Amino acid sequence: MTIAGAWYLGLAAVLFSIGALGLLIRRNVLVMFMCVELMLNAANLTFVTFARMMNDIGGQVLVFFVLVVAAAEVVVGLGIVVAIFRRRANATADDLHLMKG
Amino acid sequence: MAHLTYLIVLLPLVGFAVQVLLGRRLGDPQAGVVATIFVAASFVVSVMVFFGLLHIQAPVRSYTQTLYTFLPVGGLHVNAAFTVDPLSMTMVLFITGISTLIHLYSISYMKGDRDYPKFFLYMNLFVASMLILVLGSNMLVTFVGWEGVGACSYWLISFWFTRDSAASAGKKAFIYNRIGDVGFLLAIFLTFDRVHSLEYSTVFAHIGSIGSANITAICLLLLVGVVGKSAQIPLFPWLADAMEGPTPVSALIHAATMVTAGVYLLCRVNPLLHASPDAALTVAIVGAATAFVAATIACAQNDIKKVLAYSTVSQLGYMFLAIGCGAYTAAIFLMVVHAFFKGLLFLGAGSAIHGLHDEQDLKRMGNLRAYMPLTFITFAVGWLAIAAVPPLSGFWAKGSVLENAWAAHPALWAVGIVTAALTAYYMSRLTGLAFFGGDRWPEVAAHPTTGGPVAHHAEGAIPEPHESGWIMTVPLFILAFFAAVGGLMATSNVHFSLSNWVDPVFGGNLYDDHLSSAAVWALGTVDGAIAVVAVFIGLRLWSTRADRPALEADFLGRSWYIDEVYDTVLGRPSERLAAFCADVIDPKVIDGAVNGVATVVRRSGALARRTQTGYVRNYLLGIVLGTVLVLAFALTRLWWS
Amino acid sequence: MLNLLNGVIIAPLAATHASWSDIGTFAVAAAVVLAGAIGVVIARNPVHAALMLVMTLFGIAVLFVLQRADFLAAVQVIVYAGAIVVLFLFVIMFLGVDKTESVRAEPLRGQRPLAAGLVALGLAGVLILGLVSHWTTGKASVAGAANGPGSNVFKLGRSVFTTYLFPFEITSALLVIAVVGAVVLARRPPSTGSDGPDAIGATDTAGATGAIDATGETLDAAGDITDPTTETIDEEVAP
Repeated sequence: MTIAGAWYLGLAAVLFSIGALGLLIRRNVLVMFMCVELMLNAANLTFVTFARMMNDIGGQVLVFFVLVVAAAEVVVGLGIVVAIFRRRANATADDLHLMKG
Repeated sequence: MAHLTYLIVLLPLVGFAVQVLLGRRLGDPQAGVVATIFVAASFVVSVMVFFGLLHIQAPVRSYTQTLYTFLPVGGLHVNAAFTVDPLSMTMVLFITGISTLIHLYSISYMKGDRDYPKFFLYMNLFVASMLILVLGSNMLVTFVGWEGVGACSYWLISFWFTRDSAASAGKKAFIYNRIGDVGFLLAIFLTFDRVHSLEYSTVFAHIGSIGSANITAICLLLLVGVVGKSAQIPLFPWLADAMEGPTPVSALIHAATMVTAGVYLLCRVNPLLHASPDAALTVAIVGAATAFVAATIACAQNDIKKVLAYSTVSQLGYMFLAIGCGAYTAAIFLMVVHAFFKGLLFLGAGSAIHGLHDEQDLKRMGNLRAYMPLTFITFAVGWLAIAAVPPLSGFWAKGSVLENAWAAHPALWAVGIVTAALTAYYMSRLTGLAFFGGDRWPEVAAHPTTGGPVAHHAEGAIPEPHESGWIMTVPLFILAFFAAVGGLMATSNVHFSLSNWVDPVFGGNLYDDHLSSAAVWALGTVDGAIAVVAVFIGLRLWSTRADRPALEADFLGRSWYIDEVYDTVLGRPSERLAAFCADVIDPKVIDGAVNGVATVVRRSGALARRTQTGYVRNYLLGIVLGTVLVLAFALTRLWWS
Repeated sequence: MLNLLNGVIIAPLAATHASWSDIGTFAVAAAVVLAGAIGVVIARNPVHAALMLVMTLFGIAVLFVLQRADFLAAVQVIVYAGAIVVLFLFVIMFLGVDKTESVRAEPLRGQRPLAAGLVALGLAGVLILGLVSHWTTGKASVAGAANGPGSNVFKLGRSVFTTYLFPFEITSALLVIAVVGAVVLARRPPSTGSDGPDAIGATDTAGATGAIDATGETLDAAGDITDPTTETIDEEVAP
C-alpha cells in the first residue's frame, strides 16, 4: 500500500497557495512568473495523484500536455518581458499601471 | 324640406373653406361679398326648412337628421345629429338673418383693413359653429359648437392683435369662457354617468330615474357653463373688454348670437330645470343680480361700446330671470327682440364711430344727429326699444318677463323694475351724449389722441362726421323695422305668434302666471311709465352737459372693482404659485431628481472606478477573491446538501 | 507533544499500511518542495529564487516517481528544471534584474494583509472540502489503467498516440507558434541599424544546446540595454 492520495493533494494545495501568495506579494516580474510555475506544478501533482487514485492514465496524459503548454507559455511570456523591460532593467510589475481607471 | 337641415350648417362651413383657400386672392371687397352670399344662402335654406317644419303638425314638431356616428367609444355612442324643432328653428332663423345683415354691413365697415379676408373667414366659421350649437341633438354636438364659438370669439376679439389691449382682451374672453366650459363638461360627464346617453330626448326621458340631487347638480354645472358664455355674475368682466374687437363682431357675437347660447341651452334643458326648483331659483337670482349690477355699471361708462356691452349683460340677466321663473317663451321673446335692437344699436354705434374716424369716447362725440341723420333715426328706434318705451318691441318683451317675475318671485320683480329704470336712464344718457348737445368732436380733432383702433386720417385735418354708405345703412333700417314691430310677435291672436310656435316645445314646463288681465294692464302701465320717465330724465340730464361727475361714480365706472378683486384673490396668488413652481419646484425638485440620477450614476461610477488601479497585482487579488468566493459557495452547497 | 505527533501524523500514515521507506521519501520530498516554494517567495535575489524553484521541481519529480509516474518525472526534470528554469536564468542575466528588490516595502495599500488573508481562506476552504467531501466520484480508468503491471511509458505513449493524438499534434503546432511569437516579440525594431541577436526566448524547449550558443551573444547584447531608440511602453504617463 502506498501513501493515501489525500496527503499528496494536501501538499499540492499548500504548494498552490504558496505560489499564489508569492504571485500577489512579489513585484519582480520574473519571480512572479516563477510563482506561476509553482502553481502549475501543484496542479500537475494533483493530476498525477488523481491518475493513481482513479487508476486512469488520462491524468498523466494531461500532465504531459500541461508541461508542453507551460513551456510554450514561458517562452512567449519571457519574450514579452524582454520586449517590455528592454529599457529599464529594474522595472517591476508596479510600473505598468497605464490602465488605471 | 326638413332634410335640407345639414345644408344650413354646411353652407357657412364651405364659405369658411373658400375663404381659407382663396380669401387672399379674392381680396377687398370680393371676399366679403362671397362670405355674405354663403350666409345668405344659409338663411334661405333655413327659411325653407322652417316651412318644412310648419308642415309637420303640432303639437310636437320635431325632426332629427342624423349624419353619421361621431363618437362610438365603448359605452358612449354619440351621433352627429341635428334636431329641428321650433326652439332651434327660431334661433337658426334669427342667427342666419342677423348674420347676413352684419356680414353685409362689414363689407363696407372693414374696408381698407389689412386682414380683410381673414375677418370674413372667422365670421363664417363663427356662424357655422353657432348653428352647430343650436341644432345639436345631443349635448356633445352642442358642446362642439359651444367651443367653436368660443374660439371664433377669441380670434375676432383679438383681430387687431398688434394692439396689446386687443390681444389681452381676446385672452381674457377665452379664459373666462373656459372656466365656464369646465362646468359644461362636468355636466356632460355627470349626465353620461347617470343616463349613459347624451341625447337630449333620452336624457329627458330618464329624468324620473336620475334622482333630484343629480338633476340639481347637472343644472348647476350647466349654469356655470352658461355664466361663462353669457357673461353673467361672476364671469362677466370679459364682455366689456371684448369690445376691443371690430364693431360688427361686437354686434354679432356679443349681442345677438354667442352670448345667447346660454339662454338657448337652458331653454333646451327645460325639463331638467323644471325638475329642480332649486336650480331654477338660482338661475333667476343670478339673472336678476346680474341685470342690476350691469345696469349700474353702464351708467358710468364713457366708451359707447362698453355701455352697450354692459347693457347686453344686463338684458341677458333679464332672460335668465325669465328662465329661472319658468317663463321660457318670455326669455326667447326677449332674446329675439334683443338681438334686433342690440344689433341695431351696435351697428349704429359702429356707424357713428366710423363717421368720426374711430372715435369711441362719448365725451368726445356730440350732436351727431345733425351730421348723420339716418344713423340717428335708426339708433333712436333701438334706444327707445331697449328702454321699453311702448309700443316698441322691447316694451312687450320686457313686460312679459316682468309679468312672470311678479307672479313667481315678487322680490326679483322689484329688482327687475329698478333695473328697467336704470336701463332707460343709461341708454338715454348714451343717446344724449352722442347725438345731442354741442359738437365736442372738433376740439378733439384739433388735438388728435390715440383713441380708437385704427387711424384713417392724417393729423391736422378736421373732418366732418359723415353718413355711411348704403351698404351700412340698409341693414340699420332692416333691423330698425324689426325692432319696432317685433312686439307683434307676442300677440296671440295672430296665427303666427311666437307663443303658439314655441310653447309646445316646453309643454307643461312652461310657467303659467295666471295673472288677471287687470294685473297685466297694471304691470304694463308701471313698466311704460317708468320707461318714459327715465328716458326723459336721462335725456334732460345729458343732452346739454357732458360732464356730471356726481352721477358717474368711480365705483361704477370701474365695474364694482371686480377686475381688481379677481386680480387680488386669484391673479396674484396664481402668479406666486407659478413663480414658486418655476423657481423652486422646477429647478430643485424636478431638475434635482433628474440631475440627481445622473449624479448618483456618476458618483457610483467614480466609486467603482477605484477598483481599476492599473496594478496587475491588485487584479490578481481580485482573481483570488473570486476563487475564494467560489470555494465558499461550494462549501455552502456541501453543508446544505 | 509526542502523542500529538503520533496521533496526527504517524498513526494515520501507518494506518495506510505504507512502507516506511515510502513514508520517509514522501516526507523528505514534501519538505524539499515546501522549502523550495517558500524560498522562491522569500528570496530577494531572483537568481536565488530560480534556484529554489529548481529545488521544488526536483521534489515534485520525486513525488511523481513515488506515484509511479516515471516518465513524467523524467520529463519534469528535463523540461522544467533543465530548460524552463535555465530560460529564466538567461532572461534574468540578460535584463540584469539580478539586483535585489526591496521585499520589505509594499507600495500598494492593503495588498499584503489582503493577500495573506484571502490565500489562507482559500487554502482552508480547499482543505475542508477535501476533508469532508467525496474526492473522486467519476468513473475509473476511462483512458486506460494507470496502476498495474506494465511499463508506464508504454501506457502513456499508447494513450497519447491513440486516444489523444489530436491534442498531441495541436501542441506541436502550439510550440511552433510559441517560437515564432517569441521571435517576433523579442526582436529589436529594424530602425536601430544594429541587428541585435534574435530573441533570447527563441529557444527550443527540446534542446538546451541552442540556448548555450545564444548565451555568448546575450552577454554582448547586454550592453545594448540603454539603447534609446527602443520603444518603451512603461513610461509613467499621467492618465
